[in-house]
Amino acid sequence: MHVDVLLFASYADAAGATSVRVSVANDARVSDVVQAVRTAVPAVRLPARPLVAVNHRYAGADVRVAPADEVALIPPVAGG
Amino acid sequence: MRTGLVGTPIDIAAIAVEVASPANGAVSLFVGTVRDTNDGRPVDGIEYNAYAPMAEREMAEIAREAAERFGTAHVVIEHRTGYLALGEASVAIAVAHPRRANAMDATRWIIEALKERVPIWKLEHYTDGTRQWVEHGVQGAGRQGVVRGDGAQEASDARVDAEVTGA
Repeated sequence: MHVDVLLFASYADAAGATSVRVSVANDARVSDVVQAVRTAVPAVRLPARPLVAVNHRYAGADVRVAPADEVALIPPVAGG
Repeated sequence: MRTGLVGTPIDIAAIAVEVASPANGAVSLFVGTVRDTNDGRPVDGIEYNAYAPMAEREMAEIAREAAERFGTAHVVIEHRTGYLALGEASVAIAVAHPRRANAMDATRWIIEALKERVPIWKLEHYTDGTRQWVEHGVQGAGRQGVVRGDGAQEASDARVDAEVTGA
């Protein structure tokens, strides 16, 4: 399946895009999506365990991803 | 309880008034503002960028948690987005409670939670024309050419605590 992964801030700048479409297995988990992004856009130098959100909630590496999910890679946050 | 991202200047006084009530003897107000230097570099302004739907959800969740933890539903959190000039308020948090300790502890807890969880990023614009994403170094710092991260680059803080008799 295809998953569109949203990119923000330094990740978006490094990729030159605000999202990237990756292809993963139908039973993919968050960790698989992260690996696919690493391969698709190596310019985005992700940390060992990047923060990921699925449908606006932080999601662990083992969480399953469905095609309709909104997946986002979250750079270290800096609000306030 | 009210939380949200705003694209226009935060009305700090209005937020304090919004949470106040005769039942609450204390209003604690925290305001984060754009500071003129970071790590020795002169700053011209900061551009705040958010993953809006998630940021809104996280801010609402933090307000709910604070309400439960500190025993008051009188909580308002606003975070600004877009380009802010020096001295402008980037975030304002107001909490009212019958007692001052809870009101003050709640504002402190909320700003720390916000900085840890809410997906908002700042692009610092320096006076020499360069720009840099600020990252607090929880992860990834040093691997992406970010300056550093230990909290020293936080916006400057101003806090006002109003207290009436009996708080």
